[in-house]
Amino acid sequence: MTGVLNSRHTSLAFFPRNHSITFCMKWNPFIFSLVFFCVMTACNDAADSAASDSKSPAAVATTGGQENVMDDVSEKDIVKVAASSKDHTTLVSALKKADLVTSLSNAGPFTVFAPTNAAFDKLPPGTVEGLMKDDQKEALQNILQYHVALATLKAANLTDGQILGMVNGDNVTVTVKDGKILLNNSATIIASIPASNGIVHVIDGVLLPPAKK
Amino acid sequence: MRSSYLVSIIVAGILFQLMSCKPKNTSNAVSGDAAIKSFVAPGKYDEFYNFVSGGFSGQMSVYGLPSGRLLRVIPVFSVDPEKGYGYSEESKPMLNTSHGFIPWDDLHHEDMSQTNGEIDGRWIFANANNTPRIARVDLTTFHTAEIIEIPNSAGNHSSPFITENSEYVVAGTRFSVPPDNENGDVPINSYKKNFKGSISFISVDKTTGGMSIAFQLRCPGVNFDLSHAGKGKSNGWFFFSCYNTEQANTLLEVNASQRDKDFIMAVNWKKAEEYLKAGKGKKEQVRYAHNVYNEKTHSATSEILTEVIVLDTKELKDICYFMPCPKSPHGCDVDPTGEYIVGSGKLAALVPVFSFDKIQKAIAAKDFIGDYDGIPVIKYESALYGEVKKPGLGPLHTEFDGKGNAYTTFFVSSEVVKWNIKDLKILDRVPTYYSPGHLSIPGGDTKKPNAKYMVVYNKITKDRYLPTGPELAQAAQIFDISGDKMQLILDFPTIGEPHYAQSVAADVIRNKSVKFYKLEESQHPFVSKGEGETKVVRKGNRVDISISAIRSHFVPDNIEGIKVGDEVYWHVTNIEQDWDVPHGFAIKGAPTAELLVMPGETQTLKWVPEKPGMYPFYCTDFCSALHQEMSGYVRVSGANSNTPLLFSTGTNLPPKDSSTAIR
Repeated sequence: MTGVLNSRHTSLAFFPRNHSITFCMKWNPFIFSLVFFCVMTACNDAADSAASDSKSPAAVATTGGQENVMDDVSEKDIVKVAASSKDHTTLVSALKKADLVTSLSNAGPFTVFAPTNAAFDKLPPGTVEGLMKDDQKEALQNILQYHVALATLKAANLTDGQILGMVNGDNVTVTVKDGKILLNNSATIIASIPASNGIVHVIDGVLLPPAKK
Repeated sequence: MRSSYLVSIIVAGILFQLMSCKPKNTSNAVSGDAAIKSFVAPGKYDEFYNFVSGGFSGQMSVYGLPSGRLLRVIPVFSVDPEKGYGYSEESKPMLNTSHGFIPWDDLHHEDMSQTNGEIDGRWIFANANNTPRIARVDLTTFHTAEIIEIPNSAGNHSSPFITENSEYVVAGTRFSVPPDNENGDVPINSYKKNFKGSISFISVDKTTGGMSIAFQLRCPGVNFDLSHAGKGKSNGWFFFSCYNTEQANTLLEVNASQRDKDFIMAVNWKKAEEYLKAGKGKKEQVRYAHNVYNEKTHSATSEILTEVIVLDTKELKDICYFMPCPKSPHGCDVDPTGEYIVGSGKLAALVPVFSFDKIQKAIAAKDFIGDYDGIPVIKYESALYGEVKKPGLGPLHTEFDGKGNAYTTFFVSSEVVKWNIKDLKILDRVPTYYSPGHLSIPGGDTKKPNAKYMVVYNKITKDRYLPTGPELAQAAQIFDISGDKMQLILDFPTIGEPHYAQSVAADVIRNKSVKFYKLEESQHPFVSKGEGETKVVRKGNRVDISISAIRSHFVPDNIEGIKVGDEVYWHVTNIEQDWDVPHGFAIKGAPTAELLVMPGETQTLKWVPEKPGMYPFYCTDFCSALHQEMSGYVRVSGANSNTPLLFSTGTNLPPKDSSTAIR
């Protein structure tokens, strides 16, 4: 080490800014550790996440995913469609609680059977509140993922007797009766809204996954 | 943290001792805070867009500064199978010329549109050096919007430099040639008699950006090299460097370096406009292509134009003036005030700085030392402001910081030198790795530089990066120039060979960026504005397939009744209306590229099947979780078959009694 770094250079160990040094060599390890150091120290003002400000090399991590993309021009995705409906506030809160907003903002394609608030209200009292508890997150995810299929299934694609594999791993059975589409013979599709990353079918009942064996 | 830093110092020290110190000009002069200055955290935006010419790649690449991250490669003069550019029926006309379809060119220089001498972020222009053309790239779509060919020209090098209100983009010929309407079948050594230089002034429509050749200046046969417009007080003038005033036609390496001085040509383009208005121009019959991309039809059209107006600078004496400039000048750069014109003689031991005021006085006083082929030559001392003495070896290009300083690249001594324009004193010099050509400061050739960074584009990399066989990347190096001293903060390899570049603050462009094309506004003749509009139509041998793409299927995806020898046009409409959801399209055996279709866009692939059989097609751009399902089949039957034309999605199910693979 002696003879490599003179005292001016070693003073850099304390990182005075704008202090220029010159190495007659390639020294990536140094750069890496410097970057790392700066990133770590800069974490203090990580709250400042303004874009386009490269001079505050703030922390890398931002939470969430594509739901944070600023875009009011594109067609709405499934999450935005649900969030813009007054009749789906329970569903939207549940999706947030179950950490499914990021996934459903993704490219898809998804079919989401979206129970209305009234549909949730038909469940036994206390059911929704119980599922929204922190320790019930898995159960909540299981129920919500039972309402999502990976494909854009338009109403015209749904046929009598069709079995749909849902994201949670269980199946939903389609019945077509008198021009109406029923799921598991319990919930009826009352409206269908296309979204950029799939389709939302509004349903009047909550689909309950079969009990685990 | 501290201990890991110390470890790295020790590692660095060991490496240092192993490698030992190289000579100064090959060392890696990077100072301590370089990494943090060029670091842009993941998810953060760069401060500047940097548009870098691709040289022999024919394309333009877009980087972020100061990170050096590659954001996009824009196809301009070369086909790009990745994007279908030059392969789709819509884009093929963009590469049409008077010589027919040309799939390649050499893109050297760029200049961005300006308003009041400031970059306005609307368009960026680029030149084709080989088959002379100018392109305009739209900066809302980052799409080549227009290409115009330049007649009477060859080696379109001193272009596409622009005036301070984007009135004109210029194109000066590097290789003088016999004019297009004269017989070019003459002895090569009749250069002095038959060869002419030509400078084109291409007007730019204020609203649309549309280009047209307003007039050409017929000039003596020399090599016009680079240029820049006057600005501020010198607005109305243009300056062109010229070499080979020896008019050599062979071994220019020797024969074009005979004279002590060549020229900078000062052009009074306002005067040229007066002559044009007064009808002094002569119409000449030529042929050149004008290609325009229409955003509404998503299609380009190519038109061959046949006339150009030429002003003869020998007869119309007060348009052009020559100023002697030492030794084969290359760069010709005008400072932000418009007063100083810097000529960089490649072989000169000094950098001359000319004064616009002195040039005007000399012209008024007819302070000429004679004429060159009919053009008055101003006395050197009468035009000269001063000389930068002993600046370095092989000066090439100069940019400005708006604070009274100039930055000049030196190819031979491989360095950038910062000097003060007023007192011509050298302030700083830094080595570059290796042998720089152009350099670029954001707005560095305008009235309002935004001089935080300077990027230097190097011709030679040798040992700078991991070796990749005989062919190595060129390099760009970013310097922080906010302080008194230039500080290297990052270098990165580039696409093709970088020549000139432009940079601009991100905010000038980013908020205007188009997210997708509105399907309802499409006027493409074969658009499918929904799956219900898709169809397959046969007219004789021609089959037009209007097919839609959306996550995660095509409509139709089963097509039968195509015959060998049919001309099949796949008109693929991406019916998504969502940001960043392109769909690709490719079909087995098609001797062409893929299509990459943006949301709301329709693009067409022509396919002439040669053998009966089954041809799958699929989406090439990972669009969704069911991207792998996004595919289809087209059945090709013999030329004389009776297979009926059928097309569908989701309904062509196997008959009930059909056997399956599972038995």
